[in-house]
Amino acid sequence: MNIVCAGISHHVADVALREKFAVSNGALPEFLRELRRIDGLNEAVVVSTCNRVEYYAASICPVRTFDGLRDVVRAHTGIADAPMYQHDCPSSIRHLFRVACGLDSMVVGETEILGQVKTAYSAAQEHGATSRNLNRLFQQTFRVAKRVRSETQITRGPVSVGAVAVELAGKIFGDLGDRKVMILGAGETSERTARSLQSRGVRSMIVSNRTFDRAAALAKEIGGMAIHFDHWENAFSDVDILISSTAAPHPILTPQRLEPLMALRGPRPLFIIDLAVPRDADPAIERMDGVYLYDMDSLQRIAGDSLALRQKEVVRCEAMINEHVHEFVAWLRRGHRGPAGAEAAWAG
Amino acid sequence: METGFLAAATGFYLIGFATTLFALGGGKFQPGRFNVLTMALGFACQTGFLWIRGQQNHSCPINSLFEVLIFLTWSMVGLYLVFGPAFRLSLLGAFTAIFVFVLQVVAIVAPLQRGPHPRSVLNPWLELHAALSIVAYGAFGMAAVAGVMYLVQEFQLKSRHPAAIFYHLPPISTLHHANERLVGLGVVVLTIGLLAGLMVGSPTNFWKWAVSLVVLVLYGGILTLQAIRRITPKRVAAASVGVFSFALITLPAIQWLSVQHGSTR
Repeated sequence: MNIVCAGISHHVADVALREKFAVSNGALPEFLRELRRIDGLNEAVVVSTCNRVEYYAASICPVRTFDGLRDVVRAHTGIADAPMYQHDCPSSIRHLFRVACGLDSMVVGETEILGQVKTAYSAAQEHGATSRNLNRLFQQTFRVAKRVRSETQITRGPVSVGAVAVELAGKIFGDLGDRKVMILGAGETSERTARSLQSRGVRSMIVSNRTFDRAAALAKEIGGMAIHFDHWENAFSDVDILISSTAAPHPILTPQRLEPLMALRGPRPLFIIDLAVPRDADPAIERMDGVYLYDMDSLQRIAGDSLALRQKEVVRCEAMINEHVHEFVAWLRRGHRGPAGAEAAWAG
Repeated sequence: METGFLAAATGFYLIGFATTLFALGGGKFQPGRFNVLTMALGFACQTGFLWIRGQQNHSCPINSLFEVLIFLTWSMVGLYLVFGPAFRLSLLGAFTAIFVFVLQVVAIVAPLQRGPHPRSVLNPWLELHAALSIVAYGAFGMAAVAGVMYLVQEFQLKSRHPAAIFYHLPPISTLHHANERLVGLGVVVLTIGLLAGLMVGSPTNFWKWAVSLVVLVLYGGILTLQAIRRITPKRVAAASVGVFSFALITLPAIQWLSVQHGSTR
């Protein structure tokens, strides 16, 4: 018995091509049925995410399975010369382990993919498309991913500006649910950062912009409240996180301006995310007690450090994955020879 | 037997700290788990030691500076086991472990009287006064540990270039709340302890009372300034570390004064 894999991912195709390969939840049962009609193919799982569409199969004849896979995909997408990759055993097993651990992702170490692989496996199992071999393979995959995540630093640290802002806010305030965010300057980056904070539970947003209409438009989009730029200081005493990205030529947040405002807030900390260039915040304010100032450079440096650390961890992850690949291949060989082995299961 | 318990407790605290440090260095740190286990085992061994010593003394085992230090570290670990998980302060155990380990080593190697010290006269108010006062010091000790963690995390945030430990330390707001509550707990327990001391019925040493009152007033001052928003969380953390250092330094002096006064408490 062999485990084979074929597919298309962000490494070989752009989104315009990938989206043609996507298999929706509604189309999955029929697609799996088509795959199982392929000569020599006994079990199948389809992993379809925004960055990849991959087909995993247990097969007694890899060559015929690959040909069959290409035919089914061609019929499904209408594309004859798609840059599909294919892996035979044990490379296919290693590939699945790497995918589940986030090593093959666009952002190395991202954890969303593991959930997506779990969902794909559950769906295939539900439709009766898996049996002994793929069940064992995917269970082992989840064990490998868990081990890699807990024993290495592959998932450590935020790797985007928004994620860094969320991480820092969490380390200052803990729970973000009751925190108030003020956006000064309704730019695209501040909107993205605000959305990242919303994803971690922030509910209250105030938007202020020199052009009120723009503030109102952004406030409507993110479910916040717009205020006139001349009045932002009046709302400041309740604010915990200030995202600033105005086009002002000089700093608008200076110690002289903030000190009286901070006195009104009491000892509550203030997190300032300065995304503007030139900067909106005078660097001198970081010397104020309870004020945590991060500009674009510092946010990007943290994201870069995290990414570099993750890249360094890849070698350790690969070593762990190799151990598990050998273990699985050994199991596969034992099962193939065993009297009550896989053949009995395939019959069903 | 009791020496074995003490050595085992010290060993568990060292293991707890060392494994956490090693795990942090290797990026394998898992919050809670092993750390809590070593602390719980150390606490159980300390409880064994204090139980045996209490039987030998026929009183609460706080009749010498050696016993006071062991009782203090026992209180701190007990409070960690209650407060740590409640606040999800995963690394509090590691910080506490190193602190109690150092205090225990000091107690074991310093030139102190380490044998049992049975009391001839027993006074329940005196027992209550002494025990509560040391439990209060335990709470202040834990507040100082939370304060150190706050200062470390605050430094990381201000530096804008956080190191690996940043990702494992709790949020500064959580540390501040833990610090505040532990100081509050210490103040309440110390106040009850001092009131119990007033019920002892025999004359007490002025300097001993004066030092205890100074400690109480200083911690009370921190809480008051915090309540009226006159002090930032960073200063609360620094003050709780500073005042506990003062309390710890004056502990031998209080014990010495107690002995001079003819009482071991």
